[in-house]
Amino acid sequence: MSTPTLPPGLAIQKADERIMTLNVGPQHPGSGHMRIIVQIDGDYIVACDPDPGYVHRGEEKMAEYRNYVLNIPHLERPVIHDSCNILYPYVLGAEELLGLEITERAKYVRVIASELNRCVYTMYWLAIYGIFLGHSTMFMWPAGDRELLIDLLEKMTGARVTHSYFIPGGIRNDLPANFEDVCLRQVNYFEKRIKEYADVFYDNPILLSRTEKTGILTRENAIRLGTTGSVLRASGVDYDVRKKEPYDVYDELDFQTNVMKSGDSYARSRIPWLDMMESCRIIRDALQKMPKSGSVRVKLKPNPKGAIGSVYKRIESGRGALGCYIVSDKKAEPYRVKLSVPSFRNLIALPHLLIGEKLGNMPSVYWSLNYWPVEADR
Amino acid sequence: MSVIAPNFKLSEFIKSILDNAFWILLIMALIGIPAVQVILFYMEMPVIGGELLTPFLALTWIADPSRTLPIIKAFMTTDLFRIAAFPGFGFAALIAAGTIFVERKMLAKLQLRVGPFYCGKIEGILQLMGDGLKLISKEIIIPAKADKPLFWAAPVMFVATAAAFVALIPVTPGWVVADLDVGLLAVFAVIGFFPIITILSAWAANSKFPFIGGIRALFQMVSFEIPLILSLLGAVILTGTLNLSEIAASQSNFPWIIFLPIGAIVFFITMLAELERIPFDLPEAESEIVAGWLTELSGMMYGLVQLGTYLKLYAFAALFVVIFLGGWNGPMIWPPFPEEIITEGIELGPVTANIPGLPVFSQEMLNGVVWFVLKTVGVIFFILLPRGVFPRIRVDLLLDLGWKKLIGLAFVNIFIALGLLYAGILGPGGIF
Repeated sequence: MSTPTLPPGLAIQKADERIMTLNVGPQHPGSGHMRIIVQIDGDYIVACDPDPGYVHRGEEKMAEYRNYVLNIPHLERPVIHDSCNILYPYVLGAEELLGLEITERAKYVRVIASELNRCVYTMYWLAIYGIFLGHSTMFMWPAGDRELLIDLLEKMTGARVTHSYFIPGGIRNDLPANFEDVCLRQVNYFEKRIKEYADVFYDNPILLSRTEKTGILTRENAIRLGTTGSVLRASGVDYDVRKKEPYDVYDELDFQTNVMKSGDSYARSRIPWLDMMESCRIIRDALQKMPKSGSVRVKLKPNPKGAIGSVYKRIESGRGALGCYIVSDKKAEPYRVKLSVPSFRNLIALPHLLIGEKLGNMPSVYWSLNYWPVEADR
Repeated sequence: MSVIAPNFKLSEFIKSILDNAFWILLIMALIGIPAVQVILFYMEMPVIGGELLTPFLALTWIADPSRTLPIIKAFMTTDLFRIAAFPGFGFAALIAAGTIFVERKMLAKLQLRVGPFYCGKIEGILQLMGDGLKLISKEIIIPAKADKPLFWAAPVMFVATAAAFVALIPVTPGWVVADLDVGLLAVFAVIGFFPIITILSAWAANSKFPFIGGIRALFQMVSFEIPLILSLLGAVILTGTLNLSEIAASQSNFPWIIFLPIGAIVFFITMLAELERIPFDLPEAESEIVAGWLTELSGMMYGLVQLGTYLKLYAFAALFVVIFLGGWNGPMIWPPFPEEIITEGIELGPVTANIPGLPVFSQEMLNGVVWFVLKTVGVIFFILLPRGVFPRIRVDLLLDLGWKKLIGLAFVNIFIALGLLYAGILGPGGIF
């Protein structure tokens, strides 16, 4: 008879008086909707077990009971700050299954909405990164400047966060009149504003001393663990879905990816900030190249049925490569919808980075993984 | 059935008080009157006009208004007034309350928001009062496995120690609660109490996050106490005294910060660390250890610790002013008291009122208070400012800073002071 083996966090272990187990979360200001079971020896972390799953909502199962259009509002709930991007792969896949060809203008509007939303998400992430490091100004500034882009998205879509803007066949409604000028002005101001963050935050000597050379993820480990997005690019791998597998009109736009070699917390926190400036560049470019008029939406049949088959699409979200696998059996509802989310893939790196670190580095390493707990649980 | 919030009716409440009025009066008479007598017996009362100031004498101003000012002046020389009002607890608490308000508004301006706004009509000026009321009315929850007596005692001891620190600060010549010849040593002793109280509170809570916070506070305070003490020794070497009043008085020509800037910088940094303010707020690092050693404190226990923290902030800023910025010394900006009011009285239409006992405060005293408050508020402003600019430091970097850099700089400061002394420029017998 062997004793049943329990998961590492639950198993009763031999008491060691030097080791203290801390439950960081789910009721903890530094955890988000998850728990990190941390064992510390003095100030050093000797074991770490991330325990997500507190906000599981069964989005994938829900998607099997709703048709292709009704799936839109609930599928964006996992990351409401990045709702355009989390819908993007689903919409691309549904269009392929339903056999829809969308117009050029709709593609450009999608790219603009997607990049605006990436900035909105990243600002929220940056705000929390600031407060995790005890920098309350860096909490308030991004949270305030984010409003600029939220206002823009509200003009476009009618909603401040949960836009439900992308639909199979294009976008829900055309841009309002005079949108281009307003968008250009706000984005230019936004870019000017985020450049100021370097003075107060990114070049701050205390921040540098705290985050540089902590939580180093080497290039090999980053690839081996399957991390994506800013975490991967901070470790020196130049991988961006927008460049490698361009979708919609990204191959026609002028932008570059940001790569840093060091792979520490500082690089991981700086890459999203640099990406926001690239987003501003993309938006300006897209506004210039966009067809000034035309249809943005292909008319859908009521209750459309997908062709038999499966499709996997992925896009670059605010956190990394976000994939969506849809299986269709010629019904109005998809047979299976699977979201492959970047948050969960980046979380896998957490124990590798935290073990051997000091307890004081835990918030900065944890949040630099560009992780959104609700998305990981789906 | 709810026991907590029964239907409240004012009429029934008053009726219940009236029903119990007899017992209330009886208990007050049995306990209150003897207590007041005991206090009055042990309290030294001043003498005015050959008469001892008794409560009965204090009430004679009703019959003879000309006695009002002498009685007030006599009362102001008592220890009770000094401890409770000026320059003791009341004065410090007033500055602390102002500090909290200014901190919130200033930080809000820095962070592009409004700050407290609605409470009290004008820019949320009553917000602090509202917060205090909330804390008082909250239930105090004590962890089941806590060491209850110690856990209860820690916040009270914290405030008491902070108040003891305030008592050592000379505000203007002669206005200090405890004018000790070893004033600076007493300050070091009081500062040494804070880590003990912190670790006692953290340990007594019997909880993980307070414990880690307490250990961090212990590390931080103990390792920063050494540079703190060393950085103040420069001024002691130059003045040859430990009496804070004499140190302040010795700076009538120039403040020591001109000759000891390194000591002032080291003291300022260690002060931030002792006060647990950003960037040294490790013991309360919210994203790592919830609220550090304050995690399990609830209700007014937390309120007391906050009060103690801000009293401590005032006391440290005032200590900086006394030792490096010249205390009350400054050019005379307070207008002199019009002498003709004393000699000729005030003309109120047909009547000429001759008010005895004027002036209540001397011109030097008021001028000293103005300079002291101005300087203290300036130092407090610079203590608050880093909160908007810096993130939190890490514990190993903190210890590195304390042991390797600040202690070295403090020694440099002492050598500068010794050099100035032996060169005959400053100090007893110096050319200045």
